[in-house]
Amino acid sequence: MSSTAHAVPGTHYLNNEKGLMSWLKTLDHKRIGVMYLFTILFFFFIGGLFALGIRLELMTPGQTIDFTLPLIGRIVMDAPTYNRFFTYHGAIMVFLVIIPSIPAALGNFVLPMMLGAKDVAFPRLNLMSYYLYILGAIVALSSLLLHGVDTGWTFYTPYSIRASTGTIMVVLGAFIAGFSSILTGLNFIITIHKLRAPGLSWSRLPLFCWALYATSIIQVLATPVLAITLLLLVAERVLKIGIFDPALGGDAVLFQHFFWFYSHPAVYIMILPGLGVISEIIPVFSRKPIFGYRAIAYSSFGIALIAFIVWGHHLFVSGQSEMANFIFSLLTMFVAVPTGIKVFSWVATLYRGSIRFNVPMLYALGFLELFTIGGLTGVFLATLSIDVHLTDTYFVIAHFHYVMVGGTLMAMTGGIHYWFPKMSGKMYSEKSALWAFILILIGFNVTFFPQFIVGAQGMPRRYWYYLPEFTTLNQISTVGSWFLLAGFVWVAVYLWKAIRSGENAPGNPWEALTLEWQSPSPPPLENFVETPTVTSWPYEYRS
Amino acid sequence: MLLKWLSFVWMSEASASTLPLQGSEVARSWDQLYIFLVALSVFFFILVVGGMLYFAVKYRKSVSKTTEYITDNHVIEAVWTVIPAILLMVIFGWGYSVYVKMTQAPSDAYEVRVIGKQWLWQFQYDDGRTTINELYVPVNKPVKLIMTSEDVIHSFFIPNFRVKQDVVPQMYSSVWFQATIPGKHQVFCTEYCGASHSQMLAKVIVLDDQQWLSWRMGKKIDLNLLPTAGLGDEALAAAVKKQDEEKAASGKPTVQLTGLAAEGKAVMQAKGCIACHSFDGAKLTGPTLKGVFGHDVELLDGSKVLADENYIRESIENPTAKVVKGFSPIMPTFKGLVSETELNAVIAYIKTLKE
Repeated sequence: MSSTAHAVPGTHYLNNEKGLMSWLKTLDHKRIGVMYLFTILFFFFIGGLFALGIRLELMTPGQTIDFTLPLIGRIVMDAPTYNRFFTYHGAIMVFLVIIPSIPAALGNFVLPMMLGAKDVAFPRLNLMSYYLYILGAIVALSSLLLHGVDTGWTFYTPYSIRASTGTIMVVLGAFIAGFSSILTGLNFIITIHKLRAPGLSWSRLPLFCWALYATSIIQVLATPVLAITLLLLVAERVLKIGIFDPALGGDAVLFQHFFWFYSHPAVYIMILPGLGVISEIIPVFSRKPIFGYRAIAYSSFGIALIAFIVWGHHLFVSGQSEMANFIFSLLTMFVAVPTGIKVFSWVATLYRGSIRFNVPMLYALGFLELFTIGGLTGVFLATLSIDVHLTDTYFVIAHFHYVMVGGTLMAMTGGIHYWFPKMSGKMYSEKSALWAFILILIGFNVTFFPQFIVGAQGMPRRYWYYLPEFTTLNQISTVGSWFLLAGFVWVAVYLWKAIRSGENAPGNPWEALTLEWQSPSPPPLENFVETPTVTSWPYEYRS
Repeated sequence: MLLKWLSFVWMSEASASTLPLQGSEVARSWDQLYIFLVALSVFFFILVVGGMLYFAVKYRKSVSKTTEYITDNHVIEAVWTVIPAILLMVIFGWGYSVYVKMTQAPSDAYEVRVIGKQWLWQFQYDDGRTTINELYVPVNKPVKLIMTSEDVIHSFFIPNFRVKQDVVPQMYSSVWFQATIPGKHQVFCTEYCGASHSQMLAKVIVLDDQQWLSWRMGKKIDLNLLPTAGLGDEALAAAVKKQDEEKAASGKPTVQLTGLAAEGKAVMQAKGCIACHSFDGAKLTGPTLKGVFGHDVELLDGSKVLADENYIRESIENPTAKVVKGFSPIMPTFKGLVSETELNAVIAYIKTLKE
């Protein structure tokens, strides 16, 4: 990367129109992507505050938070408050942060540019998706005014049928936000099919686009099932039909089948785009072609396909038949095969490269460490008898945080650092970024690794009170959460400083070959000065 | 080679020490598989992350100026597809075989019926007896629990036995185990069930042959004489509780409990009353018992009633008859679950909880 100042193009997407309204009414995919990014980071902050509250309360086995502040008065975290905390933490992080994180924010900005297109196929629909997401968030969070919700983000019946009326608002919020997800998926599929630049054949498509394509298919096919399930839940509460409530002749476990029929594929909506980001970063900073392009691209579809037939592994102790358990455990094992192919291919890409340790690469390597632990512990949970003991304990909490936070969030943070120069036209301080990365990586492992142990020892999830034997491990975990807080605050500070007073970024600071880097930073309104023509695949790195 | 083997042994012991006590027949098979998975995971973790770090350092920019143009290699790709697939099938098969052991109860298993309700466990035995939050079973004999729920979904989890099963309303589910160690084994509710979910705790009381005989003859077992098996150390829990109580009562004179009142407090702890009712004025799912006795209580319909012996008795046996304002009518009835002598003790204790 050159240290000389770079000329910023006179007009670009950030300054071609000014004022708040020019943002709120924009049809530009880049501006919509940036709006998503800031909104998602805001909800990440809110969801994070709930997480910090949970960890603080778990400092001691009994009640921890009970103190009196001048002016504000007594602050107490009793069991009902704690239950609301983990419900909002889960619901906000899943529906408002992780699901839209990479596709809606980074994908919106990057996908059309990677394809050499001027925008997505339906820009107006794209803006509508954003507003549906905002509307869903407002409806869901309005439940805070209705005594809050304490069902957990999974809304299991019949508890959710009897819980506070705020439950209806959160369920409706998730329903509305689901349409945002469906429409974004539809938009991306059509964009990838129809708007590729001349010469950009399928076999030259960047792997991030393949990952978003696989994700979009799941979004379009699975989210309607969630919508139907949530509507049925509202109908059950309001009209008392007798679908899920045993007291009315319904089946309580049926809800779990419907719910996970969406929510398991949703897990891959959350992780596949992250895998795509990593597939972009690793070859760029290794200066080598990605190893096994075809295998990585196809394995995204392999994962997407298997995603639809493994929901039953969430129900091994629910009372479903032993035959069903046998089949779901067997099928779940096959998730590990395409996932393993990806991980091995990334490591093989490093072999005989010329590796640069820029910040995005650090996050990619950190991702590999955390995602490997997340994936291997997934095999534990896929194993039928092992899951019986571990399910609904902190082992499961640790496993999915390693995948969702260690995987998706590390990839997202890496992606933000990777595309930041393109989005903002500025460079950040790599030195500051290095220390924040170290804090986040250590903080993450200190927070979540002890949870594997405490879970295997038997500590159940969603416990306000826990046995005193579990104290030490919980305290280590709580201290880790403060490292994570410090790390992310640090990232926010230096990125903000970069936006305000950073050095101007060159068009292609990482010397990458994908199309978005062949345009100035920040890009002009319609992305490229002239429509690019593609003559080779995007990983043609030669020394 | 020797080093490798030693590290494996060390790892196995380390991972075994992170598990709860091996308290049942199936726990042994479960632990073997778990330790195998830990060892396999460590191997693959070192392979992937070790490989990554090795390549990252060896081929760093400052020493590796040139790169090699490699796009794929079908042999190695086949290897890392097929070998994990075979290993996964082995894991699946092993996991399923332990699962069969876990779920196929012998036909001569001793049956106990379990009812879960917010927030306690009730056990019904073949001789007509009922216990709350204490499940009495014999050692070294198969025991089968037939379970259902009165309200929402709960889950019955005994870490020492490595078994867990959801307890669903309007449906029977079952779980079986053969306990190998006498003593008190911890039970958790592991399906979120509302406000006091984390206090829906119980113990499996595993009795040796002699104790089992005397329990079957209707004698009471002195639980203080039984050891805690692994998790759920009562001395630890008591120390934490004492700390909390001291914190809450700092500055207030402490009352020494004796006789009937002390017994009443023990009954309320054992029967799960404390999951919803506090003794110190804290508002939980149900009203606090502090300063209640001898005072007027305001009910849902706005009327008032004096909290005397009969009111407390009615509130235990027929809880929905008079519901305190600000609370929901969700308490289950304890009619038939609390003896007359226990009732007397409970009332005696509540009398001591003055403002």
